[in-house]
Amino acid sequence: MKISLKNVAKTFQTFRAVRGVSLEIESGELVALLGPSGSGKTTILRMVAGLEYADEGQIFFGDEDATDIPVRERGVGFVFQHYALFPHMTVGENVAFGMKVSKKKRSKADIEARVGELLRLVKLDGLQDRFPNQISGGQRQRVALARALAVDPKVLLLDEPFGALDANVRRELRRWLREIHSELGITTLFVTHDQEEALDLADRVVILDEGRIVQEGTPAQVTRQPKSAFVVRFLGDTNRLSASVANGMADLGGASIAAPALADGKADAYLRPNDLTWSTTGGGIPASVEGVLDRTGSRRVIAVTDRGDPLEFDVAPEVAVKAGDRGFVQIARAQLFAAE
Amino acid sequence: MRHAKGKPPRVGDRPAIRRTLIAVVLVTGAFFVLAPLVVIAVQAFSLGVGYFGATIAHPDTRHAIFLTAATALIAVPINTIFGIAAAWAVTKYEFWGRRFLIVIIEIPFSISPVVAGVAYLFVYGLQGLFGPMLQSAEVRVLFALPGIVLASMFVTAPFVARELIPLMQAQGRDLEEAATSLGASGWRTFFSVTLPNIKWALLYGVVLCNARVMGEFGAVSVVSGNIRGQTNTLPLHIELLYHDYNAVGAFAAASILALLAVVTIVAKVLLERQGAGRRSRPALAAPIVEAKP
Repeated sequence: MKISLKNVAKTFQTFRAVRGVSLEIESGELVALLGPSGSGKTTILRMVAGLEYADEGQIFFGDEDATDIPVRERGVGFVFQHYALFPHMTVGENVAFGMKVSKKKRSKADIEARVGELLRLVKLDGLQDRFPNQISGGQRQRVALARALAVDPKVLLLDEPFGALDANVRRELRRWLREIHSELGITTLFVTHDQEEALDLADRVVILDEGRIVQEGTPAQVTRQPKSAFVVRFLGDTNRLSASVANGMADLGGASIAAPALADGKADAYLRPNDLTWSTTGGGIPASVEGVLDRTGSRRVIAVTDRGDPLEFDVAPEVAVKAGDRGFVQIARAQLFAAE
Repeated sequence: MRHAKGKPPRVGDRPAIRRTLIAVVLVTGAFFVLAPLVVIAVQAFSLGVGYFGATIAHPDTRHAIFLTAATALIAVPINTIFGIAAAWAVTKYEFWGRRFLIVIIEIPFSISPVVAGVAYLFVYGLQGLFGPMLQSAEVRVLFALPGIVLASMFVTAPFVARELIPLMQAQGRDLEEAATSLGASGWRTFFSVTLPNIKWALLYGVVLCNARVMGEFGAVSVVSGNIRGQTNTLPLHIELLYHDYNAVGAFAAASILALLAVVTIVAKVLLERQGAGRRSRPALAAPIVEAKP
């Protein structure tokens, strides 16, 4: 089911959480709402679910105006950040709950069969007599998903679905959610503040800041053609160097790069740790190394330019570099924006 | 409890301190709580079982027992519903005056019950606010069951709400939102999701409320008028017997009240031991199973 938001706004007391958001989510798409805390992403998700009502604007499910349809009748599957499993019910009873309270009556055997089917889908068969406290966090999140899917929702909404899990489980569940999505093809909207999660999982990423959409697009679009410095900064580690632009070239104090789109004047260059390389022989921005952090696939060099700007970049594990070394930082690529 | 030889004890686990503390608590408890209860039981039967029976069988005592039970049967359910409603309102809604409501609910805790009784006199008494109106409608509030119930309700209004508010605050709204998003109606959500998760706190509040209603003296004493065999509840009747120099009778009646209290506590413990108690807190009953991917 296609979802459209038309100029939706929401204010809590004096806090303007969402300020005129318009968004289209195509049927079967997997879309991430990404933003820092307070950017309005969860509020948007809750408005789509019907757990909050929009002060302004409309929300359409297909062609139907769903703005004022209460959550109970909206037909969404909502997965909460902290699972919200019913602690006094077993896993099986949790999954069956939506079918038991449904207006559409099902026979007991029917419900049981469907519960079994859903638990197999989320790879939890055999655990249906456990209570939520007796299973792990990752398993709980999968029960929550099975419970949401049990009511055959038109849309699946997930609020920070993996936020409370440790990194390994999170990565595994991410892959697994992708599989479930491609198997069921259900329109899915999820909220996250984790850039990696959004980029790994979503067909399209919607980046929010202060209640507004700052950019939306495929992971390739938002990473390679960021529209603003905020998007660059938010999507990952970055270094900022001030630059001066003249005649389509930006000078970064030792290195210059093409800046065809910028007018002459001051600019900011944003450089990912992988956009920089280290050279001892010359060419580039003169810098000295302050420290090196060894990581699994690379070494993170913490350096400072002779102009006093801090820089962080990655070099291959074999590169022998240590604190106190002097050399040159070379720029492979950069994102340039007119100075703020 | 025990620690291996040669190793320093855990923090707060020094044997001398532990033994002293436990002894002090045990002795104090026995002296202040248990001993008086034993005295009541002994005194009640000091003139023999026959005299005990006669005191209990006396129409005035029987009426007092009846009145106390009737008061509890009316006041406790009403206060239970009020407590759930108040806790729900305070924890699940944001509204103007929310903090004020919490303070209001707490008032009966901090105010002397006598003040409550006197206040009721001013509101419902003949010279009071609604006095003339009630009299012309021939409704008796004071010196009758309604006054006793109202006074008891005032005193015990906070008990259920106080137990529920912290729990429901901690639980938040997620469970209700989850149930509603799955298509459950408001009633269904309340009965199959909210209630099972608060039932032990609720039960505890009800037990405390009941014990207090049955034992309430001050407020009831002001509004009931102490009419023997008519408006005397059990605590008032005990005082009356005592003032009649019938100490044994007073103890006999008091033993009934003490018995009622013991029964409520035992009922609570028994209910908690039921399998249902385990179901609501499976974490206490079963080991946590580690994740199997």
